[in-house]
Amino acid sequence: MTISAEPTTEVVTSAVVPPSSPVKTPWSQRSGWLSQHLGTAIVGAVLGYVFGHWLGNYVASGYTYIANSGQNSIADALALIFMTFGWLLGIGALNYPLAKIVGRSAPEEVIAKGWTKYVRYSTDHKVVGMQYIVGVLLFLFTGGLLAMAIRTELLNPTTHVFSADTYIKIVSEHGTIMMMMATSIIVGPLGNYLVPLMIGARRMAFPRIEAFSFWVFIAGYMVIFSALPYGGFPTGWTGYAPLQTQAGPGMVSYLLGFAVIGLGMMAAGFNIAVTIINYRAPGMTWSRVPIFVWSLLATAALLTLATPVLFAGGLFGLLDKTAQTAFYVTEHGGSSFLWENLFWFFGHPEVYIMALPGFGIVGELIPVFCRKPLFAYKVAAAGMIGVALLSFFVWQHHLFQSGINPDMRPLFMLTTELISIPTGFIFLVGMGTLYRAKIRFEVPMLFCMAVFFNFLIGGITGVFLSDVPVNVTVHGGFFVLSHFHYTIMGGLLFAFMGGLYYWLPKMTGRMMNKKLGLVHFWTMLVFFNLTFFPMFIIGLLGQPRRVFTYAKNLQGLNDFSSVSAFLLGASFLVFLVNFMWSMYINPVMAPANPWDSLGLEWQTATPVPSYNFERIPVIMTDPYHYGEVGAPALADFGDGPPAPLGSSSTTGSDPA
Amino acid sequence: MANENSTNETHHLRNITVIWLILSVIVDLLFWFLVGPHVPPGTMTSSAKGNQFDFTFLCLMALPVLIGVWVYMGYAIRIWSAKRPGAEEPMTGPNARTNKTAQVSWIVITSVAVLFLAGFGTVELVISQGSGGGEGPNPIWTPPGATKAEAAALTPKASWSANSNQVLTVQVIAQQWKFTYRYPQFGGFETTQLVLPANTNIAFNVTSLDVIHSFWAYQLDVKADANPQQNDVAFTQTKQLGSFTVRCSELCGIWHGTMFNSGKVVSEAAFMSWAQSTEQANAQNTADLPPFAWTYVPDANGAAGGYYTDGNVTPYSTVEIYGSKQSAP
Ligand SMILES: [Cu+2]
Repeated sequence: MTISAEPTTEVVTSAVVPPSSPVKTPWSQRSGWLSQHLGTAIVGAVLGYVFGHWLGNYVASGYTYIANSGQNSIADALALIFMTFGWLLGIGALNYPLAKIVGRSAPEEVIAKGWTKYVRYSTDHKVVGMQYIVGVLLFLFTGGLLAMAIRTELLNPTTHVFSADTYIKIVSEHGTIMMMMATSIIVGPLGNYLVPLMIGARRMAFPRIEAFSFWVFIAGYMVIFSALPYGGFPTGWTGYAPLQTQAGPGMVSYLLGFAVIGLGMMAAGFNIAVTIINYRAPGMTWSRVPIFVWSLLATAALLTLATPVLFAGGLFGLLDKTAQTAFYVTEHGGSSFLWENLFWFFGHPEVYIMALPGFGIVGELIPVFCRKPLFAYKVAAAGMIGVALLSFFVWQHHLFQSGINPDMRPLFMLTTELISIPTGFIFLVGMGTLYRAKIRFEVPMLFCMAVFFNFLIGGITGVFLSDVPVNVTVHGGFFVLSHFHYTIMGGLLFAFMGGLYYWLPKMTGRMMNKKLGLVHFWTMLVFFNLTFFPMFIIGLLGQPRRVFTYAKNLQGLNDFSSVSAFLLGASFLVFLVNFMWSMYINPVMAPANPWDSLGLEWQTATPVPSYNFERIPVIMTDPYHYGEVGAPALADFGDGPPAPLGSSSTTGSDPA
Repeated sequence: MANENSTNETHHLRNITVIWLILSVIVDLLFWFLVGPHVPPGTMTSSAKGNQFDFTFLCLMALPVLIGVWVYMGYAIRIWSAKRPGAEEPMTGPNARTNKTAQVSWIVITSVAVLFLAGFGTVELVISQGSGGGEGPNPIWTPPGATKAEAAALTPKASWSANSNQVLTVQVIAQQWKFTYRYPQFGGFETTQLVLPANTNIAFNVTSLDVIHSFWAYQLDVKADANPQQNDVAFTQTKQLGSFTVRCSELCGIWHGTMFNSGKVVSEAAFMSWAQSTEQANAQNTADLPPFAWTYVPDANGAAGGYYTDGNVTPYSTVEIYGSKQSAP
């Protein structure tokens, strides 16, 4: 990949690049099909993969253990590492840092016109947000299909659709892909798109890091998907050692997959946190920040602080598999408890990475549909920060029966139950806002109500799990499986859907069809509960997780759950049909502010201009003055001359 | 205006509270009498019985919370819907944004409930000797006599006799993909059958030969992870006769789903005769076993290939991990 300047005929212009710059556009900056885009990224990934594999075989095939086993994990790992590098080089993510390293002037990313910008390395947060929608749906539907396969196998306790080997690999792939999806499903699409609009900024703090986080997220998809052609991995998403050490090459995909996704999570978290802290418009004090932004700040803190532990833990595992180190190998002086602790030290904050953004959406949406101010705003913000802090002190509740120091169990029972206090704040806020409101039951509001319904069940069963004596029965069975599906799917995914119905009119200028939306909502709510509620009982009756055989007397409940799961899958098809229909096939133009929201994001033009706001608004108050007569205007958009475009801190394409 | 507001307020809150109270009492009573006696995992052991009580108790606390939120939401949907003819204008004013009474009482009530539950859980954990959960190699909540029995188990003269209030030490050895059991007080024989005497304190010493498994004796309400080279001890006291299921509850590889068997609790006399006859029948095999220990270190090929002289009937990994490729048996 070279960044050398080539002759060019036309200077690319856009709204933010002043047309007067008579520089020759280097190859990497052209917007035509000869420049960098998804196609070159794929070529780069393929070449990287081939090169890495060759290199691994060239370097390591001489080692006895590789010659004897016929498996070269070093080649597998290098192939995936170079695939990721090739992908990033191909898309253009490395143009800027490489140019800086060799001391050249840094090239600007081009802002392409038309739909092709969505297949390029774009530093516009709105493009990245839209790209992320497609990205997370890719993860979601892949994981969803695997879930359908799981429920098919569980239709019968003794007749098997899949081999034991295939089944456990489907389960593992489903869990891992869904966890990766859940870390980004709100932060990625809605976080990136909305944070600058909600805080009155013209861009994210680090647009290149933001674009990097998206493209590395997709690279993570390729890496974790490569587990399937590599023969899968048998450990579930938790990847416990020593099973991890024993597993085949698919395990390399798991460990590297989390490392690659982890890079994206750290980048996204860092970028969002810095943006929220530093890029708020004048007058947007901490007590005027929208609650969704508060939730993303707490999430960003978790992403930044917890993910490095997973990254390091995965790296240790990768070294165990390739360089024959023994971090997790007990008989060589390592410890399987090390992985358990590192994994859950990340894994529990991760649980709140997957919950807080959902709370944020709910908090943001209900005042709009209640026509009332958000109740107990400060409690809501404090609750989110409290959850984020406490979430670092509860991880051993995943290990109550593991043989950890028994003294620790009452302590972690206490911290775990304490975290339900700040988590409960979201119910105080929600119920307080509903109080004597005038509720409009639009589709987004229905999803918010469903979040309260589902998350209540998920949260309360969490208290059961945190009780050490009860944990003896419910740990490692379908009870806990149902519990976390209630929180992640019942909470986060429902909130995401609500957010999507709510903000897509802003993002695309098109309304989602309400009738199809209602069908989608009701089928999703009903069949979600019919799928997962029986699993609490299945778990209490003694069915462990991740098994392909089960007691004969549990077949009725399992079949009920499976059939409901297929119908739940069908409800996602309704969503997909609605999405395609309303966005592409028969788009209906959305009004400028279809929900009569007071949020700042609705006060700029649709489609949102690349610089977001003509002038940086001066925030006068918080965005929740619903129903208040004579409330002050949210922001002063100024009457003076527009701020000069292209000056630092105002353009969409500043160097990061 | 302010007056009308406050009557409105008491009126709504009174309605919600009355509906909530009635429903909660009804549902809690129904649960206590109809569901309570059938709550898993039954009453076969002290830990199962304790757990049945704990689970029921938590349900009795949780159901009113669920009902409270649902009644409130249902009331909101019904009464405060914009679609309802003559719907009131939404509440405004400072009380719509914050309400000190509501906030403080919410925080106080949830905090008290949560601290109470943590205390309740701790008490139940301690008085039930760890409640059947794995306490690791150095358990701190033990039944009387357990420490002595565990120490004696390592000596050749360990023994157990019926009706003596002695703790029975059982070792659970997990491996891919089965459980076997050793009885150090009966010459250290190893068997695939888990037989236990009734009305006896049992100390399960759980370990693994390969990856992490979890020993889950469902009706006994015992669950302890089997870690390689660690002894994870769990206690329970058998109460009733009958058979029970053992399942592995930690994902341990391809055949995790088939890693189950069953055991039974029999009378002390029946146990005594079973144990003694098994000890004698296995004397030949027991001589080939490694001496009783809390953990067993497999050789570099993993999967206990070096310890079992059974012609490697025990599975071994064909995928090489360390050192040279393992030779076929
Ligand atoms: Cu197992």
